[in-house]
Amino acid sequence: MKHRRSLLMLALFALLMPVTAFAEDTPNLAGQVRALSNHLDWLWTCIAAFLVFFMQAGFALVEAGFTRAKNVVNILMKNVMDFSLGSILFWAIGFGLMFGPTNGFFGWGEFFVNPSAEAYSEDPNWMYSFLIFQTVFAATAATIVSGAMAERTQFRSYLIYTVGITAFIYPVAGSWAWGGLWHGGGWLEGLGFVDFAGSTVVHSVGGWAALAGAIVLGPRRGKYNTDGSMNALVGHSMPMAALGVFILWLGWFGFNPGSTTSMDGGNFARIAFVTNLSAAAGALVSMAISWMKFGKPDISMTLNGALAGLVGITAGCYTMSPVGALLVGAIAGGLVFFSVLFFDKIRIDDPVGAVSVHGVCGAWGTLACAIPAVCLPGEAGSFSTQIIGVAAYFAFTFVAAFILFKVIDAVFGLRVSAEEEEDGLDITEHGIIGYNDFQLHTGGGFHA
Amino acid sequence: MHKIEAFLRPTALDAVQDGLAQIGIAGMSVLEVRGYGRQRGHREIYRGAEYTIDFIPKLKLEIVVKDADVDTAMEVILKAAKTGEVGDGKIFVSPVSQAVRIRTGEQADEAL
Repeated sequence: MKHRRSLLMLALFALLMPVTAFAEDTPNLAGQVRALSNHLDWLWTCIAAFLVFFMQAGFALVEAGFTRAKNVVNILMKNVMDFSLGSILFWAIGFGLMFGPTNGFFGWGEFFVNPSAEAYSEDPNWMYSFLIFQTVFAATAATIVSGAMAERTQFRSYLIYTVGITAFIYPVAGSWAWGGLWHGGGWLEGLGFVDFAGSTVVHSVGGWAALAGAIVLGPRRGKYNTDGSMNALVGHSMPMAALGVFILWLGWFGFNPGSTTSMDGGNFARIAFVTNLSAAAGALVSMAISWMKFGKPDISMTLNGALAGLVGITAGCYTMSPVGALLVGAIAGGLVFFSVLFFDKIRIDDPVGAVSVHGVCGAWGTLACAIPAVCLPGEAGSFSTQIIGVAAYFAFTFVAAFILFKVIDAVFGLRVSAEEEEDGLDITEHGIIGYNDFQLHTGGGFHA
Repeated sequence: MHKIEAFLRPTALDAVQDGLAQIGIAGMSVLEVRGYGRQRGHREIYRGAEYTIDFIPKLKLEIVVKDADVDTAMEVILKAAKTGEVGDGKIFVSPVSQAVRIRTGEQADEAL
């Protein structure tokens, strides 16, 4: 009897229990779902940031592979310092110029921002996820330049340039289009400028700064002959370059889909898909053209083509259709091929094609955001605004970087001596060669 | 004693090594070299710029054999390394006046 009563109690308890629990927790549950949803947004933003960070490895490998073995230590050092210096400076100065309260042209305030401070007490971890995401973006713009200036730039002077772009050029220009993501709000945002993940804001800024650097430096010794012809200064490791492009391609799945900085109903899946299509089309078209023009499919052009497709789709990855992405990537693949040949023709020596990939294809992708045929219905931007944006970014970045490089050149000297260039920057600037035990083929006559 | 120096395609090495081992040639040295002969190098294009690869990777095989083995060794190398295409390489033979095995002090044919 006693046993039966306790069983009955238990059944009653079991029946009532969920009901009362539910009744008590209903308001809390909604709050918890909301909190979890926020945390997932931050998680996705951080995962994307980590992928974008990995692009640094991609850049390092591409640039190292496309240049000669005697300069491999130097290019790796530049990549490591781009990220290290850039991370600190962007936090200290850049973030405030880009996202602080703004006059439309640059922000001011929130330098050395501390999300744990009282002003941000509500969601400091959202702020941290935004900070790390924006930091890796700034470092991406900075590191684009090292490839174009490879094999002939003084390391010390390069470090000064890095300070200039991450603390000043990138954040000021970035505030025009992206400041509104936080406390800013730039003049281009007001015009409805479309650049979702940074074809212009990140890649063209890097590309145009690279152009200024390559012009101020002049071509590498032995690149162009007096009769107008040019010599191939063949990159020393195609496996490195190819691995670097694959890593960049992977990193782009953070760069573009992560620029939602939220789960955003799963739009990252769509963005990832169109991003991939564009990259594939770029590689295919660039390979095909090189095959037709050179007689053999050229690996360096094919790899540049994949990157061109990735840069091209970056602005419109949120607004373009799959077919549109394919077309934008295909055109970027063709554009990068002829752009590389064009800059060689006018004797601007860009060993890795950074200006063509990031500057030219970044501009193309941004302009394409205004072509209704490649966009999702109703998503095309205004042609005039896109043109104004592309032109403004070119003018500001190129002029600012040109002045920066000229000043560095006048004060410290931008270029290494002819002897140092012949011997390679590894031994002369860093006191070590990249491939010990393979010394026969690295380093020059060692004048030093 | 004669020294045989043979410039070979890198792909010919295995067959040459096997052939020489079968006729009892006990040792050999192989050097990685770059060079060209009558065929010269070939032209390629890198990022739109033409360049010539003048120095083509080859292997240089060095063996020193008893006088009696010279002809057989050359035949073996010829047979194993010949494709009939330009770039098969060359064989040079020269007399060797002395040989010493460092460990034992044995000399001439004994040292081979």
